[in-house]
Amino acid sequence: MKAPSFSYVKPGSLGEVFDLLERHGDGARVLAGGQSLLASLNLRLSEPELLIDITGIPGLGGIAVSGRTLRIGALTTHRQIETSAEIARHLPLLAQAVRNVAHIAIRNVGTFGGSVAHADPAAEYPACTLALDASFVLAKRGSERRVKAREFFRGLYETALQPGELVTAGEFPLDGAGYRSVFLELARRHGDYAIVGLAAHARIAGGKISDARLAFLGAGSTPVLATRAAAALEGRVPDAQAVAAAQDALSKELDMPADLYSSSATKLHLARVLLGRALVALAT
Amino acid sequence: MDDTLLTTLTVNGRTVTRRIQARQHLSDFLRDELGLTGAHTGCEHGVCGACTVRVDGMTVRGCLMLAVQANGRKVDTIEGLSDSGELADLQGAFHRRNALQCGFCTPGMLISAQELLASQPDATRDEIRAHMSGNYCRCTGYHAIVDAVEEVLASRRGGRK
Amino acid sequence: MNARAELPLHAPGTATDKGYIGQSVPRPNAKRLLQGRGTYVDDLRLPQLAHVVFFRSPYAHARLKRLDFSKAASQPGVIAVFDGRAVAEYCKPWVAVLDHLKGIKSPPQYAIAIERACWQGEAVGAIVAESRAQGEDALQLVEAEWEELPVVVDMEESLAGKYVIHPELGDNICFKREFSTDAVDEAFAKADLVVEETYAFGRHTGVTLEGRAILADYNAAEHTLTVYQSTQAPHMMQDIFSRHLDIPEANVRVICKDVGGSFGIKVHVYPDEMATAAISVMLRRPVKFVADRLESFLTDIHAREHKARVRMACTKEGEILAFDLWDLTAIGPYSVYPRTSGIEGNQVVNLTGSPYKHKQYRAQMHVVFTNKNVACQYRGVGHPIAVAITEGIVDLAAEKLGIDPAEFRRRNLIPDDAYPYSFPSGLKFECLSHQQSLDKLLALMDYAKLRSEQAALRQRGVYRGIGLAAMIEVTNPSPAFYGVGGARISAQDGATLRLDPTGMVTCLSSVGEQGQGAEGAFAQIAASAVGVTIDKVRVITGDTGVTPYGGGTWASRGAGIGGEAVLQAGRALRSNILDVAAHILGADKSELDIVGNEVVNRLTLESKLTLAELGRVAYFRPDTLPPKFQSELTVTRHYTPREYGFTFSNGIQACLVEIDVETGFVKLLKHWCVEDCGTVINPMLVDEQIRGGIVQGIGAALYEECLYSVEGQLMNGSLVDYLVPLSSEMPDIFVGHIETPTRQSELGAKGAGEPGTAGAPGAVMNAINDALRPFKARVTTQPFTPQRILEALGKI
Repeated sequence: MKAPSFSYVKPGSLGEVFDLLERHGDGARVLAGGQSLLASLNLRLSEPELLIDITGIPGLGGIAVSGRTLRIGALTTHRQIETSAEIARHLPLLAQAVRNVAHIAIRNVGTFGGSVAHADPAAEYPACTLALDASFVLAKRGSERRVKAREFFRGLYETALQPGELVTAGEFPLDGAGYRSVFLELARRHGDYAIVGLAAHARIAGGKISDARLAFLGAGSTPVLATRAAAALEGRVPDAQAVAAAQDALSKELDMPADLYSSSATKLHLARVLLGRALVALAT
Repeated sequence: MDDTLLTTLTVNGRTVTRRIQARQHLSDFLRDELGLTGAHTGCEHGVCGACTVRVDGMTVRGCLMLAVQANGRKVDTIEGLSDSGELADLQGAFHRRNALQCGFCTPGMLISAQELLASQPDATRDEIRAHMSGNYCRCTGYHAIVDAVEEVLASRRGGRK
Repeated sequence: MNARAELPLHAPGTATDKGYIGQSVPRPNAKRLLQGRGTYVDDLRLPQLAHVVFFRSPYAHARLKRLDFSKAASQPGVIAVFDGRAVAEYCKPWVAVLDHLKGIKSPPQYAIAIERACWQGEAVGAIVAESRAQGEDALQLVEAEWEELPVVVDMEESLAGKYVIHPELGDNICFKREFSTDAVDEAFAKADLVVEETYAFGRHTGVTLEGRAILADYNAAEHTLTVYQSTQAPHMMQDIFSRHLDIPEANVRVICKDVGGSFGIKVHVYPDEMATAAISVMLRRPVKFVADRLESFLTDIHAREHKARVRMACTKEGEILAFDLWDLTAIGPYSVYPRTSGIEGNQVVNLTGSPYKHKQYRAQMHVVFTNKNVACQYRGVGHPIAVAITEGIVDLAAEKLGIDPAEFRRRNLIPDDAYPYSFPSGLKFECLSHQQSLDKLLALMDYAKLRSEQAALRQRGVYRGIGLAAMIEVTNPSPAFYGVGGARISAQDGATLRLDPTGMVTCLSSVGEQGQGAEGAFAQIAASAVGVTIDKVRVITGDTGVTPYGGGTWASRGAGIGGEAVLQAGRALRSNILDVAAHILGADKSELDIVGNEVVNRLTLESKLTLAELGRVAYFRPDTLPPKFQSELTVTRHYTPREYGFTFSNGIQACLVEIDVETGFVKLLKHWCVEDCGTVINPMLVDEQIRGGIVQGIGAALYEECLYSVEGQLMNGSLVDYLVPLSSEMPDIFVGHIETPTRQSELGAKGAGEPGTAGAPGAVMNAINDALRPFKARVTTQPFTPQRILEALGKI
């Protein structure tokens, strides 16, 4: 299908963006990579008056480590994350996850900020940001605030972003030694949205797990941090008993909607399987 | 606020200036305005890869980029990449192995394969399959395509030694 | 009988050189496609070209009470708007029935529906605009009032007929067929073992990468219609446009340029395409329609929605005694024109059990209407169902009797020396090679080694499965398929070969090219038959104004039928060229031959005259030839198989899988196929047809299904949600060849386009069930999704 008519502007500064957002309100959409937005426009799923292309605004890109924080600019593409030595070294969870994002032609253009703001619960980054306890920098005219990822994702495609506000960066705390990450997802075909996935990040010391962050994607209307499963594992060696306890706790805390091909029961079963496998991977 | 914008881009080495509707995606612009019909429309939701072209050296989905977003950028299509000879070894391998039948996916396949060859010169067969899985082919069943890419990888590696 | 085909291409006494036949020559017409320089319908531009979009019913079944185009008609770029009544004045409706399918019934179908829409997506109006985008903009302003009607979606409910979609027809049964040999019950009574299983197949569709596309160009001054169409059967469409638009036949010209995949999807008549042609006539200007991906899912024919209950009787030694089949299939609200939607079910009845030598068979089959998209022939047509249910029940019996599945097949496959052979459903086999194919397959895959690996891996909790599927395939059909039923579908084809003045050969064929390599194969045959090198041959297909009259591409007939016509025309041209040469050289024709673009001494191969020189004389200096002699350097020959209604090929496939029993995910490790398609013109083209067909079959087995809600809404009509096979999940596929030529032609070629798709679903199902054997779990509902496998394993 062909997209409906709209206007397009590519401002050179955040100030201009805020002006436009204020003036057009709901009639304006922010265009970064556009890999989700343009597809939805081609399908005539929405009809904005104006697209505001923010890819020309300086200062919104880059991957940089500063002290104990790694900052990813909102306009960083998936491909840049995939090929970044910093990410590979400091945030291996993200490096693993990004390889599952669609295919390279999409990754060349799609952006970190765009993915996060779009908040598809089946996408890879939102779950990773929960597991890594990241924060997002949200800017609007005259102010900037930080919202933790764990408070950012509110519902299906719904975030803490207020009108006139943009995600400008993600900030990831760099954990101390001893943390390991594993990203697993189950998809019928490489690059598809996952049926269910798990971004797992935990401290392993002396064979015991602590501070486990188990963030599931495809598990609800937002990414879900499985805190009860994590609690069941705290301080334990992830042996068969501990894994089973964690899986049982998981069953009590996940409420997974069915999709076209998988019932809730199937998805829960698969989530349990992934949890077991992730724990084995973390421990080895 | 305009729904058409004066846009200048370089296509296959030639500078082109046109007033383009904001809503027109790059594939449609290339096909309808410039007559470069080698990029094909298979879905317009970014999944099939038939519209794959190269922008500033990277593969992109022509249907998921507005033509106006290509302002100031460099676009290469299958026609230009054929005329320059850049794809000649890939095209030869595809031809010899019949890694195409109806040809509709082929321009996108070749451009994607070329990116793999540049970014993963030591790709394994499984890695070839993973990379090429962004391009849908209904005719070949993929085996011959993987063979052709594998052959070119090997010969380019050989050529580098 | 499987001796490599000896084609006497030259006059008796010369070397039996087969020329290019049997060589893997790369296709000349692939070069333009590699450079993006092909021409697909959407690439064409004509002056005054307009674009049509369709207003489609959002409901599966509803009466159209009011349709108001007034706001839409005044939108920028809109040229005209039409409803069904307006188009019906220019385009006659059709009824898709054929005489030889006794009792088949269907209501008339119009190019644009009038008053009632019977499936979600059926067009009830058309908007013509200067661009597709403007047409779509205007569509949003069309106002329609609907009265929803009851929706029939479930096939068994349709059969029960509580709600009849077309009351004038009395029930929802489009077609039914029953047949029985005379001792079926006795066979079941005396059997040591009776196995029974019910298999279900999800409806799915072709997903050609190039959508359906048509550009119709009516010239009012001449009352002629030129149609550029992405179709497999240009002459059939010429006839249909002529009759339904009331334009004399020769005034209609259908041209196929490059076609981006077809697989049977593009051999049918689509109402929106007929409407496009009618609208061109009505507006007196060229009009183009290209189905976008969403429209394709809603309106390209679907296929293969079946539920089949099979019973098989056998002895304890594993000898099959009888088959008993009950099959139900759901189509849309109309039988599709002109081939009818009864054929797929009819083929399931014809083909179930067909590789085996039992004598007793009973079948009962119903085709029922529903308010889902229309369904009709798609690559393989019934074979994928028949093979899966046959091979599934065979594996089940083998398991219960403790016989290895390959051995069970060996005991029952028709022996290679039993031909000609008549199968209980009425099929007549000229000569097949089932036993030899089985041997070759087992060797190719190293079956014994795979079995011992399987056993060892099971000990370690790794679950692999091996699935076999034996098959036959209908190819090279005679008029028995359609013509006898009254369809104006040609089962014969023609080729015109012309020697051009510089010594090149132009070959015009009525069979077309959609990527399978027909043009390449014809170039090989023409070059071999005439005696020129292949670079001298140009092949032209897909133009009713230029080529001989013929049937086009369907039922794997291009190589066998079209190829034979090329061969005969080539021989005849060679003879005519030698007539001219004899006069030029003052020699005896019997001493001459043509080799490598030159007329030579047949025995010494000494060159006497180049074809270029011969061409110069014949075309520009006929004054130097004898007064009563006319050079005839353009020759046409036609061919249709006359002895067998269908020329069957045979093959056998194997699939190796590994199943993750915790997640239900199936990993395809490898796939094999041994195929006997008679004389192989180009082994590489056959391999690639088999591979592509197998992957389509794998798609059906594991991924593809058109999912409808109870309200008849298609829920997964995009490439995001409808899963087609991509390269990362597909296995390497190894193909072996056996050649048992058909004696009905000198070429001896059978078809090879469909067997891959025919056998793959059965092979995959059997492999999955073999892998699950330690768990006593079986899956029988396709596609075999992870959820279905987990359910079989009792994990959910």
